[in-house]
Amino acid sequence: MSTPHVAKPKKAKTPHTKPVDIDQSKSELAHHEHHDDGAGHGTVKSYLIGFILSVILTGIPFALTMMHILPSSSLVPVILVLGIVQILVHLYFFLHMNASSSQVWNNAAFVFTLIIVGILVIGSIWVMFHLNHNMMPGMAPM
Amino acid sequence: MSKPSNPVEAHNNQIDSAYDHNPNDTHHAGDHHDEGPKVTLGFWIYLMSDCILFASIFATYAVLKDNIAGGPNGRELFDLSYVAIETALLLLSSLTFGLSMISMDAGKLKAVIGWLAVTGLLGLGFMGMEIHEFMKLIHEGAGPNRSAFLSAFFTLVGTHGIHVTSGLIWMGAMFGHLIRRGLTPANRIRMMELSLFWHFLDIIWIGVFSIVYLMGAA
Repeated sequence: MSTPHVAKPKKAKTPHTKPVDIDQSKSELAHHEHHDDGAGHGTVKSYLIGFILSVILTGIPFALTMMHILPSSSLVPVILVLGIVQILVHLYFFLHMNASSSQVWNNAAFVFTLIIVGILVIGSIWVMFHLNHNMMPGMAPM
Repeated sequence: MSKPSNPVEAHNNQIDSAYDHNPNDTHHAGDHHDEGPKVTLGFWIYLMSDCILFASIFATYAVLKDNIAGGPNGRELFDLSYVAIETALLLLSSLTFGLSMISMDAGKLKAVIGWLAVTGLLGLGFMGMEIHEFMKLIHEGAGPNRSAFLSAFFTLVGTHGIHVTSGLIWMGAMFGHLIRRGLTPANRIRMMELSLFWHFLDIIWIGVFSIVYLMGAA
């Protein structure tokens, strides 16, 4: 007969422990909520991978330029390619860009920006190079 | 009339206070849930427009870089080991901001503030070095008025520096938000935006050191 009495207070205790559970589920909720705020999230590992790749991709062009290993005609394309690769590394590992459906508008804006940047930079260099060429007939080979 | 003039800020305050007054009310948290992606997309579009601003300045630099008007060129002016240290500071600050964001995901407020403080110090170090470099160039007579190349150089690198300075001021405000309210949903969104801004500035710096410093010295 005494055993149910012992069991009862134990059961009565459960409501007291409930708030702790609610708190946990609340923090889980906040966590989930945070994961859907329109941008991806990294882990220590992904940030470290991004960082190490960036150190390598920064170190190579600096070393090549400072030690004058390559002639500048082949050094410039190497610097540009490594720079573009490093930008992609940053976009993926630090800004967490990916092809997921939640990022479709971010990616659309990004692609649009790339087109504008391409027109601006390549267009400016193209136009101004030809202007220089045409304005200085004495210096241009006929 | 007494309401904040900025509607976004007013709305954020509303969200913030709604959450702070009813922390157990999941309905408000649900409301907020819908706010995050919209705010982040809006900030992303700002970053993209900033990208176009930098593209125009990069294009200007590319066009003017050979017009040295008999003055010094990049190869004579740039100290690559100095730039390598600046780059290292900024890259490390990207990593420490990442660690701050991971601490935020784990809900560790002290670690968030600690890593953010490290990020801010690295950013301050970068700005200190850049200002020192500018002062040295101006002192040597290679100021922005010397040649078209130097005007473009100071505009491009200076605009990046102004952005980093804005990021540092924002970080200062962020400490206030975090200490006052902790990791509320509104503060999480602010941190998310600040991290996007900071990583974006590091990406612009990749362009600066590749195109200005390395190609200038190559």
